[in-house]
Amino acid sequence: MGSHATLAGDPPVYDFDIVRKFAIMTIVWGIVGMGVGVLIASQLVWPSLNDLLQPYTSFGRLRPLHTNAVIFAFGGCALFATSYYVVQRTCQATLFGGWLVPFTFWGWQLVIVLAAITLPLGMTSAKEYAELEWPIDILLALVWVAYAIVFFGTIVKRRTSHIYVANWFYGGFILTVAVLHIVNSAAVPVTLTKSYSAYAGAADAMVQWWYGHNAVGFFLTAGFLGMMYYFVPKQAGRPVYSYQLSIVHFWALISLYIWAGSHHLHYTALPDWTQSLGMVMSLILLAPSWGGMINGVMTLSGAWHKLKDDPTLRFLVVALSFYGMSTFEGPMMAIKSVNALSHYTDWTVGHVHSGALGWVAMISIGAVYHMIPKLFNRETMYSVNWINLHFWLATVGTVLYVVAMWINGIGQGLLWREFNDDGSLTNSFIDVVIFSRDGYVMRLIGGALFLAGMLVMAYNTYRTIQSANQSSAQANAPVQAPVV
Amino acid sequence: MSTFWSLWIIVLTVTNLVLLLWLLLVNRRREVKGPDTGETKTTGHEYDGIEEYDNPLPRWWFYGFLASFVFTAFYLYAYPGLGNWKGAKWDEYQDSWTSVNELRYDQQQAEELYQQTYGAFGKMPITELANKPDAMRIAQTLFMDNCALCHGADAGGNPGFPSLVDKDWLYGGTPEKILETITHGRKAAMPAWGSLIGEESVANVAEYVLGLSGAEHDKTKAELGQKVFSANCVACHGADGKGNQQMGAPNLTDNIWLYGKKPEEIRYTIRQGRNGVMPAQIENLKADKIHLLAAYVYSLSLE
Repeated sequence: MGSHATLAGDPPVYDFDIVRKFAIMTIVWGIVGMGVGVLIASQLVWPSLNDLLQPYTSFGRLRPLHTNAVIFAFGGCALFATSYYVVQRTCQATLFGGWLVPFTFWGWQLVIVLAAITLPLGMTSAKEYAELEWPIDILLALVWVAYAIVFFGTIVKRRTSHIYVANWFYGGFILTVAVLHIVNSAAVPVTLTKSYSAYAGAADAMVQWWYGHNAVGFFLTAGFLGMMYYFVPKQAGRPVYSYQLSIVHFWALISLYIWAGSHHLHYTALPDWTQSLGMVMSLILLAPSWGGMINGVMTLSGAWHKLKDDPTLRFLVVALSFYGMSTFEGPMMAIKSVNALSHYTDWTVGHVHSGALGWVAMISIGAVYHMIPKLFNRETMYSVNWINLHFWLATVGTVLYVVAMWINGIGQGLLWREFNDDGSLTNSFIDVVIFSRDGYVMRLIGGALFLAGMLVMAYNTYRTIQSANQSSAQANAPVQAPVV
Repeated sequence: MSTFWSLWIIVLTVTNLVLLLWLLLVNRRREVKGPDTGETKTTGHEYDGIEEYDNPLPRWWFYGFLASFVFTAFYLYAYPGLGNWKGAKWDEYQDSWTSVNELRYDQQQAEELYQQTYGAFGKMPITELANKPDAMRIAQTLFMDNCALCHGADAGGNPGFPSLVDKDWLYGGTPEKILETITHGRKAAMPAWGSLIGEESVANVAEYVLGLSGAEHDKTKAELGQKVFSANCVACHGADGKGNQQMGAPNLTDNIWLYGKKPEEIRYTIRQGRNGVMPAQIENLKADKIHLLAAYVYSLSLE
């Protein structure tokens, strides 16, 4: 079909080598990060597991390793892989940047390996989701700037007249994460492995949660919405539902998320006005967030029957459902009176994981299943049945996890605020810990199922690549874009 | 905050919200349908085979979005948020809402509600309270909520946190002393002797201290240790090692160990010192509840 959007000229040669590398590492780091997650979930059921190799295996040191590995290693590699794939295909251009492209891969892997070494050693800046010490922060900043140059350079040399909506989201995510990371990581180094934040007191907390919430908003939401906007219509073979909805929800989403961080600091030393403002901005954010879900789900209208035999599409659609659910839950939890119940309980952990497992991981898994055969010149994955098995393991695992944390979280909140007639608290802290144990067991089962699914994915991918290598020596040959 | 920062916040907030509202309203177009077929048209863009429809914003979503703006307007009128704007006046606070006003109001309500119960206990002598089952039931809950974290749910203590069920008292076990300890807290100060007396003497003193409570020890080292002990430790722990409740210096002869009875733990204590802290509760719990808790702790040593 002749599009007015394409300029004349030779079809571009896509750089898929970098995409292959990042796609494979997405699966590898997914298994590592979720494996550590299952370990620390076990520690909450059997505390003696903290003592496997003290002090390196204590919960306090492994928990940041888990979060860094799943967010930045697994999620990060998925974002790199898909953004490099999508920006090339939707711009009809090969990646810009020359050696910067492999630098983003090796640099990012180095950051991850350094994190995996330093965090168990106890080297930490103590800022949640930004624990890495200053030399690694600097390396990360350099990699990120290189990423921005590659991505925006490719946009500049595109052969289409418009920029596709997926690239708006990827672009917004890359730019904002650069600003967030650099501002929040500003610190005074004391030694090579120790630094102190450049900010103090409540201001430090506000900067940290401005970063922390937008790590969620941009890294884990905008970036993955970019992914959604390519892989959902592509896999469903349907046009995107509404261009005007894309415009409204994109600008609303990126301008509102920035305001919302202070809802992480309700009922703290943060000034009252900052808390109120964070709360209302979080509430207005509900509609723009749902805009993305509507655009994704409505894109499927007319293609619902495809869900029956396409487990990859099912991953993408269930991801959108969890996205819708967590972006409803988030604004509700940002309401101060709800937050008074939910804060510091497992409800927060459940909320994060309905986003992390249900949305981020599922959309990434769907995208990787879409890409792997194309990257290795196969018609399909080695086994579609195994994708189906993975789908059910992931879905059941996520539901078990989230439900366990809802029960625990709401229970904890209610038990903590239960009073006797004499005004004393009914339950001591340990009573509530004992109450939580069953939920921790259920959460462990859910997490283990999700991890099992990742192992199925790894084997399926391995067999796909192996058969690609056996049947064709051209598997690694450059892929020509179709002439349009 | 200064007028400049107040305006800064107001202008940024309102501008952002107004721009969003404008964006929402101008993008609300009519349904895009082809004139002949009635079929939804695409925008004409195509990216790697992906086309885009331009369906109108769903009605329920559009009105939901608008409703959140309306809520925001009311909320930012009623509560602080826009710079120096304090929010509406609330009857119960006779002022605008602030977290401090809300806390004071709640505390006042609670005080009125529970004054009768605790006030009555506060007037009874501790020795009498300690034998009153209904008072002790309430006191136990207070203990669980406020003390058990360090002293243990059974009050049996933890390393560094003394047991309250034995007869050994660091600062005295009379009702008056217990009340004083809870009210004002305590700060112990066992100095670090490592750099003053050297590692060899640390080991010798440890053997001597082990001997004081009749534990197995090296007699030769203990004899050397006794000299160091007499020169340095007797000021607080006494010549007989029985301690001094004026200073909170523990009795070393009773085989009760606050920081552990292994030789290496005793050496650590001598070498690095210890600085046990019991936090003052007067601000947090107030006199009547402390009175009740003192009776509870006193009752533990009666059993």
